[in-house]
Amino acid sequence: MATGDIDLLIQLMSKLPGLGPRSARRAALHLIKNREQLLKPLATAMASASQSVKQCSACGNLDTVDPCVICTDARRDSSIICVVEEVADLWALERTAVFKGRYHILGGVLSPLDGIGPEDLSIGGLLNRAGRDAISEVILATSATVDGKATAHYITDRLSECNVTVTALAHGIPVGGELDYLDDGTLSAALRERRKS
Amino acid sequence: MVMFEAPDANIQTGLMALTRLNLTNFRCYDFARLEVDSRPIVLTGPNGAGKTNVLEAVSFLAPGRGLRAARLGEVGRRYGAQHSASETCGPRAWAVAAQLAWDDATVDIGTGLEPTTDETRRERRIIKIDGETGKSQKDLGLLTSALWLTPQMDRLFLEGASGRRRFVDRLILGLHPDHGGPVSAYDHSMRSRNKLLKEGCRDGDWLDSVEDSMARYGIAVAARRLETVDSLQELAAGDDGPFPGAELEMQGRLESWLDDMSALDAEDRFREALSAQRKSDRGLGATSIGPHRSDLLVHHRKNGEKASQCSTGEQKALLIRIILAAAQLQTRERGRPPLLLLDEIAAHLDAKRRAALFDIICSLRIQAWMTGTDNSMFQALGERAQFFDISAARIEKISVTHKAFYNSI
Repeated sequence: MATGDIDLLIQLMSKLPGLGPRSARRAALHLIKNREQLLKPLATAMASASQSVKQCSACGNLDTVDPCVICTDARRDSSIICVVEEVADLWALERTAVFKGRYHILGGVLSPLDGIGPEDLSIGGLLNRAGRDAISEVILATSATVDGKATAHYITDRLSECNVTVTALAHGIPVGGELDYLDDGTLSAALRERRKS
Repeated sequence: MVMFEAPDANIQTGLMALTRLNLTNFRCYDFARLEVDSRPIVLTGPNGAGKTNVLEAVSFLAPGRGLRAARLGEVGRRYGAQHSASETCGPRAWAVAAQLAWDDATVDIGTGLEPTTDETRRERRIIKIDGETGKSQKDLGLLTSALWLTPQMDRLFLEGASGRRRFVDRLILGLHPDHGGPVSAYDHSMRSRNKLLKEGCRDGDWLDSVEDSMARYGIAVAARRLETVDSLQELAAGDDGPFPGAELEMQGRLESWLDDMSALDAEDRFREALSAQRKSDRGLGATSIGPHRSDLLVHHRKNGEKASQCSTGEQKALLIRIILAAAQLQTRERGRPPLLLLDEIAAHLDAKRRAALFDIICSLRIQAWMTGTDNSMFQALGERAQFFDISAARIEKISVTHKAFYNSI
């Protein structure tokens, strides 16, 4: 069917998350058909990103500068760190525009079954920051999965030696959610974590 | 106390029944469609005709892996040698769709294996409810529930405790569709701990965090099992019915703690025990304490014998008693009875018990799906049920007024 560069393009695109072989072929064809408007600018952007994007040595965020703009933003509260699993989680929290502290990206969660241990995550870096900087609160924003919760528990244990308050994101009713449709676990968590209105 | 009486006239018991069932590429069926009403259904035909496959299809309309606990890829229709190699290799997509009558309303539900050409993708079960894709099997569990009894379960009291734990968990799933969550979370955490111990992990904090998960989920699982078995015990204990009264007890360390202390204290106790047993569990290569070590103990109430010591017929009768108690409990807790799938139910039951079973099913307004090789075994049902003949994956309705039917019984 396709040969050489086209084949390679399809092969590489099919490795992207969310794309299978069929959708990779469609995307590659679309790029080739829109060579000037899409393919060339995309190739340039990718080459440029490959050169300039680096990992922030403080928090693990991805940015073109190190330390990243969040870590160097003087308007942000440097005494609060929000711990997330991945950069995508940081982006999700940033979209809310509610959190004005700093972040720490773990790079995953502890998962013995997948062979991921504390040394594979940036937990050491977090402990250094908590011990060294003037940190008053660490917010754990790991997923509510078994491994996510176990990771939060582990970090809480490790942070017990540092003089910081450790908090975790609340679990409860989603905005716009109807009680009748919620699972028992979410509802009971929401009840446990109720607050005065 | 008379057990299994008709529901109290003052309590409006809801209805849950399938009114249509479509099978596509399911086991021996290329395509099959059954139109039924809410009465019990009797499927008869020779061995290997495809009767149990229909029951399995219905079981997939509730959460879980169906009554054969099959992998999704095994369920698709297999072709014979005359078909090309490309048709015989790889899992085939299959689907089960049904219309469910729920009191006065109907809902279209469906499930199956998603067709995919990508061999690297994991098999994924899809759920459809009224045309919309459901998020998880739990969505099905909110609408339907099914209990079943198969000839393989005849050895339930004789074989290992794991089968009995799965049996209890399945009964709970009919009452609490989210029960699968804590069970698999506990299993995940336990496997994580076993792996850490095996690899010689010395990070106490890491083991603490995994054991904390085990304690939280493990106690949640044990508490629910205890609560459900207690409720079943109430319903299954009477001696005057056609099926023997059963004494049920969930036995295990966690269960005994839960009898003596609060769930939070039991969690702490379990956490401490796990921590204390790290060294011995490392040597053992397994976790020696937890809900995965519990067992369901069943005794024949009247003669006090352990179920495993009873005759084959009495064991079957005890099992039916427990299943019927579970159906009654679901009716009480959820307002409507579950679907009941009884494979080769007539085996080991005498005519008196068969007739009694049919009376109970009808009085509880359960849509039971029953199979057998012989029509005559279901004679006592008469027009209270609907009959189908299955032969070589073809399903045909039999009219009970049909002369041939009466000649056959």
